[in-house]
This record gives sequence, C-alpha cells and structure tokens, in this order.
Amino acid sequence: MQSFDFNYQQFAEVFARLGKKFRLFGPKRVPGRGRFSDTDLITYADLQNPEDLETAEKSYLSPKSIVFPPDETTFYFTADQFTEPELSDNRETIVFLRPCDINGIERLDRIFLENGKVKDPYYQRRREKLHFFMIECRESFENCFCVAMNANRTDNFATAIRFAPEKVSVMIQNESFLEAFAEVGKKSDFVPEFVKKDSKAVNLPDVEDMPADIFSDSLWDEYDSRCIACGRCNTSCVTCSCFSTVDIFYPDSRNCGERRRVWDGCHLDGFTDMAGGHSFRKDKGDRMRFKTFHKIYDFRKRFSEDMCVGCGRCDDVCPEYISFSSCINKLSDRLSGGKKDEE
Amino acid sequence: MSLDINRKKVTKNAYRVTKRRNMTAIRVRVPGGHLDAEHLKTVAEIAQKFGDGNVHITIRQGFEIPNIPFEKMNEVNAALKPLLETLQCANGVVIENLDNGYPGAGMRNISACIGNRVCPFGNVDTSALAAKLEGQLFPNDFHVKIAVTGCPNDCIKAHMQDFGIIAICEPQFDYDSCIGCEACANTCRRKVTGAITMRNGKAVRDVRRCIGCGECVLACPTSAWTRNQTKFFRLVIMGRTGKKNPRLAVPFLNWVTEDVVMKVIKNTIPYIDKHILRCLAKEHIGYIVDRTGYDTFRREVLDGIELNSEAKVAKTLQWPGYDTVNDANMKSYNQRKV
Repeated sequence: MQSFDFNYQQFAEVFARLGKKFRLFGPKRVPGRGRFSDTDLITYADLQNPEDLETAEKSYLSPKSIVFPPDETTFYFTADQFTEPELSDNRETIVFLRPCDINGIERLDRIFLENGKVKDPYYQRRREKLHFFMIECRESFENCFCVAMNANRTDNFATAIRFAPEKVSVMIQNESFLEAFAEVGKKSDFVPEFVKKDSKAVNLPDVEDMPADIFSDSLWDEYDSRCIACGRCNTSCVTCSCFSTVDIFYPDSRNCGERRRVWDGCHLDGFTDMAGGHSFRKDKGDRMRFKTFHKIYDFRKRFSEDMCVGCGRCDDVCPEYISFSSCINKLSDRLSGGKKDEE
Repeated sequence: MSLDINRKKVTKNAYRVTKRRNMTAIRVRVPGGHLDAEHLKTVAEIAQKFGDGNVHITIRQGFEIPNIPFEKMNEVNAALKPLLETLQCANGVVIENLDNGYPGAGMRNISACIGNRVCPFGNVDTSALAAKLEGQLFPNDFHVKIAVTGCPNDCIKAHMQDFGIIAICEPQFDYDSCIGCEACANTCRRKVTGAITMRNGKAVRDVRRCIGCGECVLACPTSAWTRNQTKFFRLVIMGRTGKKNPRLAVPFLNWVTEDVVMKVIKNTIPYIDKHILRCLAKEHIGYIVDRTGYDTFRREVLDGIELNSEAKVAKTLQWPGYDTVNDANMKSYNQRKV
C-alpha cells in the first residue's frame, strides 16, 4: 500500500491518463437539470475531466446505474430467434464513490450474484469491470446514518481519495494503478478515515424474529396518507434492486421486439399487480412496511447483514418529507414497548 | 393661502388627486413585488410622518400611502430616495434627480408571482425579470400593465394584463432513464392537458399539446425529464378590466426567449406613440390595439426582431370578454315577463 499527494493540476494529469484506458464514472453536477428550475442535478454519470467530479455534495441518484441501468435490453427477438446485445462500452470502469455506496454495491452483489445458484449474467458482466475509487467520507451529510448500518467503512477499494481544498491525497491498494499515480505524485502517509458518528441517531430493532402483530401495527397507518407512491425512495436507493420484465414490440412488426428489464420499486403503483387483476400491498403503509422489513430485517436473515447502507438518499429526495430513518426508530420504539401513540 | 398645483405634473410624479381636498397619495413602485424588508421601514416612515399612518397594498404589488398633504410632496420625494436607488436605479433606471421622486407613472408597477426563488413550480426568477423590465421600460408615461408569472398556473393573473409574461419550460427527455412509471403521464392527464402518453413503456410528449408547465419534470423520479436550459415564454396580451369590455388576455407569442419578450415590449412604446389618441387623458393600450387591428400591432411590434427558431406567432387574435352594456340580457328578476 502506498500513498501520494497531488495538487489539482497533477491530479488532472492522472485523471486524463486514466481516462485513456478506463471509462470514468462518478458523481457529477449537471447545471440546471435539477427537479426545480435553476437547480443542479447531482447524479452519477460518465466523467470527461476532473472538474466534472462533484466531491462536496451528496448525489441525488446513486451509482447503481453503472451495474444496474434503469432500462436494459436483455435480448432482441424475432419470430424464431433471439440475440443478446453486447455491452456498448466494453472498457474497464473506474467508479468514484463513497464507502456507503461501495457497501451498497456489495448488497447488490448479494442479490444478483449470490441469491440462488444462478449468477445474473447481465449484472455480472458489468460488475466485473468495476474498480472502486473510494471518495473519503469523514463527516456525515444531512440524513446519513451509515454508522448505524455498519456501512461507513470498507476496505474494498482500488484507491482511496481525499479531496482537500489544496491537494488530493490518494492511497493505492490495487498495485495495477500504482504506475499511473506514482509518476506524478509525491509520497505521503495518507490513510483514509471514515465517518465515526451519524448526523442522526438511528436505532435498529433488536429482535431475532419480528412479532407477527407488528405487521398490522398502527405504526404503518400514517404512511397510507403521507406517501404519494412516487417511487423516489426506490430509484435513489443504491440497494433497491427490483425490476420489471417488459416485452416491447416494434410498432410496425408483429413478431419483432425486445425484452427489457426496467427499474421498479415497492412504493410504485403496479409493483404488486398480478395476472387476473389482483394486487397486494395497495395501501402505502403496507409498502412502507414491506420496504422497511426488507431493508433492515429479512435481507439480514438471508445474508447476515442489513440491506440498507444508511446513505439517507430516500430521506433527501422524498417530496413528502417522509423520513425512513425516523420510521426505523419508530419501529424500534414500538418493538421495545416504547411510544405507542403517534406524536 | 389656497393650494395651486399643476395636477398633470403631479400625476406624472406618481401622486394622485384623492377624495379629500388638498390631500394626495403616493404610489410606491416595487417591481416584481419583492423587496428587502428594510424598505418596509421607509414606507412606514413616510406613512407615519407625512400621511395618516396607513398603507394600502395595491393589486399591482406596490404601496399606496394615502392622506399626504400636497404641500409635503417635496419632503416625501426626498424620503423616497432610498427606494428609488434600490428598486429603480439598481435595476438600470436612469433618474436625473433622485430628490424629485418618481419620474413617471403611466406604466404601472410590473408585478410578478413569487417565482422560483420560492415556488417549486416556477420556471424562472420572475421578480428578477420584472426588475429587468423595470430597468428597460421605466420611466414611461403610457398606460401599460405588465406582469410576470412563473408557470401557466398564472398566479399573478398575467391574463389580466396588457402584457402577461408566462414562463414556460421545454421538458427534455432522456429515453434511457425512463422507467415507465407513468408519473408524468398521470400528472399531465390529471392536472394539465394530457400531452404525455405511454408507448412501449416510455413517455411520449405531444409537442402541440404541451403547454410547458414543467409538471412532468417535477413528477419524474429518475430525472428522465429535465428542463431545456433555454428559458421560454408565452406572451399573452391585451387582457383588461375596465368599464367597457373586460376580457382575458390571449396568446400572441409562444415559446419565445426572454430576449424576444423584452424587444417586443420595448417596440410597443413607439407603436403607442404613433397611434395613441392624444385627446384622451391616457388611452389604454388595449383600446389602441382594438382600433389599429391586430395585424398593424403585430407588424409594428415585431419589426426588426429576429424570433428564435422555436417561436410561434398567433395568426389572429380573438379575446374572450363581454360588453358591459348588456341591457338586452339583464332583466329585473322580480317583475319578469316573457
């Protein structure tokens, strides 16, 4: 393991050098493309130069689109044959992301690669190309609770980077990146630090098995009227992995088309629609309960860790100011026999 | 000693003859209806020191300070100086002598909804645009009413103005980010014009139905819909209240840029100058357009202006309104006969 310091001009040189060989993907500020006029959208996107990299603010959307695009064609079909598309970009990819998001992609790995015998090939071929360049995160943003979710730390990165006002410090774990950095940088003893304290205290439920009556507890009722089913909590979440399979037919053909998988989410209308018109979890409170249990309870039963990584994006983006972390706390209170009445 | 003042000069100085003999009222212009709260103190001071301590908030977002003796006008003008400096001069208005009060009163205060400084629906900073218009158009003695609204909800009632500037946005679509959740199509169908439909799991926008409100951008959970960085406007014209023929403004230009809006409104000044009936005290622009016809108005106000490629111009204009003389329709209800 070696570390180096750079001024921003030197870092730009390394960035350019890496860009010749790798696809570079990271948090990017897109001016004027925010939800409201004259606001910026901070999203994950391809980076052309180091100035594209937004290191000061949390992104609105997560990096999951690099392994799990919102809309992916799995195959094209004609009357009697089908073809799987090649990836349009076959380069190895460097992703700049924070520890919570590295943990988040590991959660996606559980679902797509380790959940049952078959590894998801569409996910796998994208995932294999990734190299994590960790953006050091020492202090919680608003709504973050990664410490509570045990997702504030990771050692799963090729390099770790600190963006300080005057210099950039990089620790290199993956030796194959050493050359690109070592030529320009000045040796240093930089070691990344991690968030130690959440901006908001979140207490996870301390139960082995959920008591059956908590499923019908009045705790969930308020979300029936508060949630508007916009699905932002799902689309912004780094660990939400649900998709719907959609067949589309080309307009002028009876038997040509393609199969796609498209992001879906448990808060969106239609998510539980079934053949015959049946739909379970019609009430938004039921959807909130389902999501909460999945994120902090039943995923753990299968994979020994919670799904939620505490990035807090669901709280950041909810237009109705529903706080998932507050919901976790309410659930914990209820399970420990605490507050019964809604405040 | 009896009061001897030049009423016409006084009116152009933003004072008015009031019901009470020897007493006047000053109208304070607040372009865009937005001001530093500190200026409220100046308004309060004028009302308390020279008036009767009352202030009327006008429909056009200015202040009317009543019950000021005419002989206090010079002192009031001096007290108005900080307001003129900030709300007019800082926006580009040229005023030769800041001790003499407002240099004109024909063109009314340019009002604005709260716009995107606060409102999620606002497509532009309406107050800033109003301030910019103030800088380009004031002082001006012609009777013109202008308002800026941030979206087609039209909270400022741009449709009641001679020039109603409605900020709109062109939603742009990123096909790959759309997950077919239908939030945009649902909101557009329920709240707007149904311009978005779904085809093969993707949103499709009918450009002829889209009114540019931006609801789809607000509704989209993946930012597949975002706003074109060029800002567009719909200009509705010649709406009015009044004693003869109240009516709503109708669209004259659609999908025009701010630059076009500015130039068109500026071109209106020589148009009015050319056609106004001088025998009337202050002929209102709407009646001038009634007299010259839309074709003449359009030709003269678009003269020399290069429209942006997206711009649309109305072929004809018809105002929904009614004549206040309505004798045939209005009958006594108690003694009605067939």
